[in-house]
Amino acid sequence: MSFPWANQYQPKNPVMRWVDERLPLPRLVYNAVGAGYPVPRNLNYFWNFGVLAGVALTIQIVTGIVLAMHYAANADIAFLSVEHIMRDVNAGWLLRYAHATGASMFFIVVYIHIFRGLYYGSYKAPREMVWLLGVVIFLLMMATAFMGYVLPWGQMSFWGAQVITGFFSAIPVVGESVRVWLLGGFAPGDASLNRFFSLHYLLPFVIAGVIILHIWALHIPGSSNPTGVDVKGEQDTVPFHPYYTAKDGVGVGVFLLVFAVILFFAPNYLGHSDNYIPANPLSTPAHIVPEWYFWPFYAILRAFTFNFLWIPAKLWGVLAMFASILLLFFLPWIDSSPVRSGKYRPTFRIFFGILILDILVLGWCGGSPATPGYVITGQIAAIYYFAHFLIILPIISRTERPRPLPNSITEAVLAKKGGSPADSTLAAE
Amino acid sequence: MVRFFSWLVGAGFVGALLFALVSSISGLITEPPQPTVTEEFHKEPKPLSLASDGPFGKYDNQQLQRGFQVYKEVCAACHSIDLVHFRDLEGIGYNKAEVKAIADQWVIEQPTINPDTGEASTRKNLPSDPFPRPFANDVAARAANNNALPPDLSLIVKAREGGAAYIHSILTGYEKPDPEIAKKYPDFEVLEGLHYNPYFPSLAIAMAQQINSDGQVQYVDGTKPTIDQMSTDVTAFLVWTAEPKLEARHAAGMAAVIFLLIFCFLTWGAYKNVWRNVEH
Repeated sequence: MSFPWANQYQPKNPVMRWVDERLPLPRLVYNAVGAGYPVPRNLNYFWNFGVLAGVALTIQIVTGIVLAMHYAANADIAFLSVEHIMRDVNAGWLLRYAHATGASMFFIVVYIHIFRGLYYGSYKAPREMVWLLGVVIFLLMMATAFMGYVLPWGQMSFWGAQVITGFFSAIPVVGESVRVWLLGGFAPGDASLNRFFSLHYLLPFVIAGVIILHIWALHIPGSSNPTGVDVKGEQDTVPFHPYYTAKDGVGVGVFLLVFAVILFFAPNYLGHSDNYIPANPLSTPAHIVPEWYFWPFYAILRAFTFNFLWIPAKLWGVLAMFASILLLFFLPWIDSSPVRSGKYRPTFRIFFGILILDILVLGWCGGSPATPGYVITGQIAAIYYFAHFLIILPIISRTERPRPLPNSITEAVLAKKGGSPADSTLAAE
Repeated sequence: MVRFFSWLVGAGFVGALLFALVSSISGLITEPPQPTVTEEFHKEPKPLSLASDGPFGKYDNQQLQRGFQVYKEVCAACHSIDLVHFRDLEGIGYNKAEVKAIADQWVIEQPTINPDTGEASTRKNLPSDPFPRPFANDVAARAANNNALPPDLSLIVKAREGGAAYIHSILTGYEKPDPEIAKKYPDFEVLEGLHYNPYFPSLAIAMAQQINSDGQVQYVDGTKPTIDQMSTDVTAFLVWTAEPKLEARHAAGMAAVIFLLIFCFLTWGAYKNVWRNVEH
């Protein structure tokens, strides 16, 4: 589906016409990310992050495929093979640092993408399916990142695998058997490393598949926009190409610049020094911490220290950690406010601001040692996290009085710019 | 319906957390955490500046060669650097002939198999060999070192929080235990075979002070071999063993950043040009 005024694909040269008649792939691309996709004209830079996530995934897949040519998934030599890449493979240091930094960049970009969706109500009708698929992608990313972090077989790799697979042992009765089945042994070992490598290679392609569905679902209603008001007519949109390809170009440039600065000048800043020590099942690191992008969830896990209602604290923690992500699946129905954009929701805006701070606090606690001060701070922050989504949001979505919405995207744009006759030139473009 | 379940689930988690919070706080009040000797007397690494620091950092080959000499004459008796090959020494300014000579004269020989009898044997090192380990295995290493295992030093700078500054502080940080400790923590003692070093997380390290007297190593370039100088030099060498491609990385980074700045400038111009007639 598209808007009736969308540009139609007109092959200019005979080869493309020949291809298009037999396999309309050029048409598909034209309609998906070309001039055939009308997009609201008022998107801000937060709308760059979907494309940036795609760029990040591409970088991960390309560097990952080459790294896999040199890496050996064997518990005896995995660590050495990574150092072989760093020292003896041509530009191996570049590939590995790009892949490791790239994982962090991917998460930074995806977190901003998710919070943009949360603030501007991108999860609301008619885009629920886009949101649901997005949460699926996020879960797949987390699984992929976790398994990738195990591959260098350093101390944090090993003990991280130990802790994370340990979650499953919290399941009553069958937990321990499930854990042993997942690991292929009683502790992380060669069997675990090999299956993690296999899945780490597979899942990015699954992610790519779900991204295609995510974009497909997006193209049914079309992109949302900062006002949250529906597109009313042709004057509200511009063709994706060249308008948003140009704007995304700027975003990609800035993204790559930040990426390059970290990659070339501080490649180990986001990592943990213990992972440069080879895995040793007999020596537990003083503080086992996951990568930064899991810190908020780790803090939630650790916040549950009480056997409430006879359910063990560990099971509460594991349930809560999974629930903290799974609740996002229900968000379109939990938040029933008809107004999409947080810009016009004064009460929501305040709580959204608190949520951002809250998640930063959770991350800070999750990355710190489990001393009483951090645990208590983490517990307070975890209370707000669940209260925000499951208690506060359903209430404010009913009681809040939204500010008046603009009649159209164009009206909002012109009001912001103080009115301009340049608008009429749009149709000629 | 969704909202009802949402409240129910939310109440469950918030309830469990409130109980946990109350129990944490009451635990904090009834049993306030006691300060520990390591918390109070552990010191953060002393700042250290090396030529390789910062985005423009390059290795000082003179210093790395001095550091290699300290490694060879002091550290190599116990610590391996088995991720490094003799051939890699070309990266710190030795030529092929010098590398060959260094490998050939290395005291510990390369383990091999006698081609006639098949028995374990050793031979002289070649440039293509990794640095041989000083002990045949970890058991032998522990047996010779009061049951402490001297770690491989190839990655030590990247494998310790605090990096080069930490290594330098450990090497130069040996001192008599602070008399305050005996007053405040009468139970604290440095066990037999351990050595007090406030920069080490547990304050007591198995390694004795190895770089312990000025002039322990005779530098050929005339640099005065003070304890601090030798420690700094060997730390610089270990920065290199951990990150031998640092110079290539910094150079590539400069080129990448300049390229991307131009890229950003051009895409910004393209964006401004494309959107010039559209209010947005």
